[in-house]
Amino acid sequence: MFLARIVGTVVATRKDERLEGCKILIVQPLDPSGRDAGAPVVAVDTVSAGYKETVLVVTGSSARMTSRTKDAPVDAAIVGIVDTISLDRTTDTKDPTR
Amino acid sequence: MNLARIVGRIVSTHKDPGLTGRKLLVLIPLDHEQREAGAPFVAVDAVGAGAAELVIFVKGREAAHAFGNDHVPTDASVVGIVDQVGGR
Repeated sequence: MFLARIVGTVVATRKDERLEGCKILIVQPLDPSGRDAGAPVVAVDTVSAGYKETVLVVTGSSARMTSRTKDAPVDAAIVGIVDTISLDRTTDTKDPTR
Repeated sequence: MNLARIVGRIVSTHKDPGLTGRKLLVLIPLDHEQREAGAPFVAVDAVGAGAAELVIFVKGREAAHAFGNDHVPTDASVVGIVDQVGGR
């Protein structure tokens, strides 16, 4: 899963019938510090997220595991709205107890 | 599966019901010598891992299998806490 910020919406009238009623958004992947990390992707919203919100995005076949996207042709789904991100340390990955 | 260090935690109140009660962790993947090996990502905890711990994670569809029959929509899960890495 990755963190992302919602940067846009997509309207598609003609689409797979299993996508009907789904909100489709453009999300910009973020690193945990909130900086842009990689190219934006299109994801199906399952949690009623809004513009500029930070969200959690699940990709691959796991994106079909929400009740909203079950059996739908989806490879990226927004599954949570992020309240806070707390980092122990920003870059050091060494065990602090050693 | 691969090694990672837990570097943070995510709080999300409004989320898919399948994620309710699950701990969301920020992980940095590590190589076999525990050097940083890639960008940080978010994983769901399946073993009670905590801050700064060295863990094993699984990615992809298999990540959901860490939770058995529960429908957890995740593509990354922490499935083990590492006690020791040897064989260098």
